[in-house]
Amino acid sequence: MALLEVENLQTHFRTPDGGVNRAVDGLSFSVEAGETVAIVGESGCGKSVTSMSILRLIPEPPGKLAGSIRFEGRDLLKLSEREMRAIRGNEISMIFQEPMTSLNPVLTIGQQIGEALRLHQGLSKSQAEAKAVEMLTLVGIPAPAKRVKEYPHQLSGGMRQRVMIAIALACNPKLLIADEPTTALDVTIQAQILDLMRDLKRTVGAAIVLITHDLGVVAEVAERVIVMYAGRKVEEARVEDLFRTPKHPYTQGLLGAVPKLGSSLDGTTERLAEIPGLVPSLKQKIQGCVFASRCPYATDLCREVAPALEEKAPRHVAACHYAVKEAVAA
Amino acid sequence: MSTTILPPGAVSRRDVAAAAPTPDVMQPKQPRKGFLGYLMRHPTIAFGGALLLLMIGVAVFAPFLWTKDPTALAPVMRTRDPSAAHWFGTDMLGRDVYSRVLYGTRVSLIVGFGVAFFASVIGLFIGLVSGFVRWADSIIMRVMDGLMSIPSILLAIALMALTRGSVGNVILAITVAEIPRVSRLVRGVVLSLREQPYVDAAVACGTRTPVIIWRHILPNTLAPMTVQATYICASAMITEAILSFIGAGTPPIIPSWGNIMAEGRALWQVKPYIVFFPAIFLSITVLAVNLLGDGLRDSLDPRAAKRV
Amino acid sequence: MFAYIVRRVLATIPVMAIVALFVFSLLYIAPGDPAAVIAGDQATPADVERIRASLGLDRPFLVRFGEWVFRILRGDLGVSIFTNLPVTRMIAQRIEPTLSLMVVTLFLAISIAVPMGVVAAWKAGSWIDRAVMAFAVLGFSVPVFVVGYLLAYYFALELDWFPVQGYTPFAEGLGPWLSNLVLPSVALGGVYIALIARITRATMLEVLQQDYIRTARAKGAGQGTMLFVHALKNAAVPIVTVIGIGVALLIGGAVVTESVFAIPGLGRLTVDAILRRDYPVIQGVILLFSFVYVLVNLLIDLSYTLFDPRIRY
Repeated sequence: MALLEVENLQTHFRTPDGGVNRAVDGLSFSVEAGETVAIVGESGCGKSVTSMSILRLIPEPPGKLAGSIRFEGRDLLKLSEREMRAIRGNEISMIFQEPMTSLNPVLTIGQQIGEALRLHQGLSKSQAEAKAVEMLTLVGIPAPAKRVKEYPHQLSGGMRQRVMIAIALACNPKLLIADEPTTALDVTIQAQILDLMRDLKRTVGAAIVLITHDLGVVAEVAERVIVMYAGRKVEEARVEDLFRTPKHPYTQGLLGAVPKLGSSLDGTTERLAEIPGLVPSLKQKIQGCVFASRCPYATDLCREVAPALEEKAPRHVAACHYAVKEAVAA
Repeated sequence: MSTTILPPGAVSRRDVAAAAPTPDVMQPKQPRKGFLGYLMRHPTIAFGGALLLLMIGVAVFAPFLWTKDPTALAPVMRTRDPSAAHWFGTDMLGRDVYSRVLYGTRVSLIVGFGVAFFASVIGLFIGLVSGFVRWADSIIMRVMDGLMSIPSILLAIALMALTRGSVGNVILAITVAEIPRVSRLVRGVVLSLREQPYVDAAVACGTRTPVIIWRHILPNTLAPMTVQATYICASAMITEAILSFIGAGTPPIIPSWGNIMAEGRALWQVKPYIVFFPAIFLSITVLAVNLLGDGLRDSLDPRAAKRV
Repeated sequence: MFAYIVRRVLATIPVMAIVALFVFSLLYIAPGDPAAVIAGDQATPADVERIRASLGLDRPFLVRFGEWVFRILRGDLGVSIFTNLPVTRMIAQRIEPTLSLMVVTLFLAISIAVPMGVVAAWKAGSWIDRAVMAFAVLGFSVPVFVVGYLLAYYFALELDWFPVQGYTPFAEGLGPWLSNLVLPSVALGGVYIALIARITRATMLEVLQQDYIRTARAKGAGQGTMLFVHALKNAAVPIVTVIGIGVALLIGGAVVTESVFAIPGLGRLTVDAILRRDYPVIQGVILLFSFVYVLVNLLIDLSYTLFDPRIRY
């Protein structure tokens, strides 16, 4: 049994004009204990909504969830709000994209780290503060005893993201969801935070779901990659396989859109590929393949029949009629 | 990399696996279009507007709504309880309360609309001057701060204490008390618009100030000012009633709701209806205007609708 | 911090100066002879002369204004035309009921309105939210004297739970004092509750959208902690600001409430002074109320640092 098994997850929203936004539509994937899985895609592809859905942080209404999210065999979508609260921040925790706005400006760093500890482990105020100092040391913040008494506005962006990580790891979660943890940070800080996450993964041993649009980050940290497009999974593979032989035209486009370091120096300058067109509106049901409107290889078949996810190579699935199938062992 | 993709003819429909269609989690709703749809989406506008129209109708057609002369004295008929002859009873001078209340609608509406109009126009002017003329701004705003630190009812009372009671003076007194709110609003809009790149560009291109005001400032102030005007109208009607109630408003000769209540005050423990009928009319009219204002605010600024 | 307080206090001086100038010049703005207006229709020429002299209307405006301000700064608000008593003494006699009424209303309104607004924002769109918003609109629409009479009729005349009218000084015991203030405070508090509940709901709605609330939920925080620990403190500054601005409503409303419930406070004093055109009294009361209002808002400004660590002076 995998640690997390998401099956046919649908997260839909009622739009103000009465329509329905199918932000995530039939997504399935699983995460093993201790594994790092990356979910990549353009903004608006439903990857953040997926992460919020796992913790049931989607407000209902206007949202509505369907399908199942099994964590250690329990379907999170069937739990009461109270049972769900016992899981949030304790067994599953989350790091958000915006360290500048994700910390409460009127509470001290110590209070914010200590909160989860007091909630889930019943620590006293002073015990929680001692543990908070410990956590700040762990995430590499200097002078932690002084910092716990400070407020978020007294910290830099990188420091705040370290605090967010400290909050997320305070209760030793089994699963950590990191939603674009480095996007809002400077490049040098990004590298530091990634290093920190890798180190912590080794010491803490939590499984990580990393949500990102940055393929560089994926290559560095993840073991397995899920590519999402328009609320659906279009490809999934081990990270080496995906980078070496992407099957889905969308993934190929994404990889082509990443400038290769030094490519202009060795004389083999490739034009930076881009994917023409726009992501389709999620307010209508899409007939056929979701990527057909932007795919250079699309045929009438693609526009009529939505391709199923097929194993195109060992442990490598893609949803494309025309992707070459390699020999799959039995 | 394109070698991993088969050529267009390589796959036929029989070969491919179709993805299972995803079920509907919720059904889309089709909103109704047109004026009726607008009213259905903004029930407060529909309800408030209908109530206000009704009250305007009452004010205009008061003489034809089975009323008597609201000022006719009939000492023999003093303080009669409501009956078929006198629907709302009679007051201590024998006047028909129903007729007085219906005619009182006129005073309330005239004062409400009058104050809303004059306060908006004067406030707009002061706000524009304050927003465009740098040196005048600090002086005007200090004066407005000063006026705003006098509670508006007290300010109106003070003004009324020195003038002889008349509907015109009541409108004037309440208008003075309401002007600071409008001018602050307009000034705020002007200052925030002046920061906008397109207004900056217009200024840089040498567009004259009146043109900028006409093209950029006025269209942007219209919505918040309309909403503000409805609130001013509502609070002016209450202030008028309060002024008349404490004897510093509309002259006693003119039937206004505040006056009727002031006259019924001495008897309210035994003849409460003299106070309650005008009170109900006043509350309903103010409620209508407030609902209209809330609805307009929600519909003119959907972002603010979530807020106040 | 200290420098800021000093600057902020100094900034109130021009505001009060403008209030003073305005209150003073009211006499001169008024059409016609102010002495004749004050004396009223039945006055003899001798009365008008007496009033003219007592107000010093025979001397130049600026001289009069200077003297008047100087006297006020020494705590002398002049002498009532009607009773010939010093205005300060008349105010001192009447201040307790008004202060009691306003303080009780303030506590009552805040303790009702803030939870109302919080719950409405939390359950935005639900029937509770709708009920709170409907209450707020009613609070803005039903004038204070209407509420006052309704309450007095039902709870005092019909049910006999509270006295119909009057005031009992605090010195005679908490119970009697409070029982006389319950109905007036509820009546006066209506608009104020509506105002505070609305701003609380609006600010809370905005705060509840913030990323840090999501963080709190992701930590497993319960609804109560989220609303009252994470959100309310962030919403405090706008709420407290409106509480301060709303004091103007309380002051205006107190004048009417005191008339309805026959409370011998500053409101009654004002109304009586207006009916007698006792101008020094009117000036004194308006100055006092404006001063209180400016002072309250000054204190509120300074209190921001208590709620938001980002605000430092």
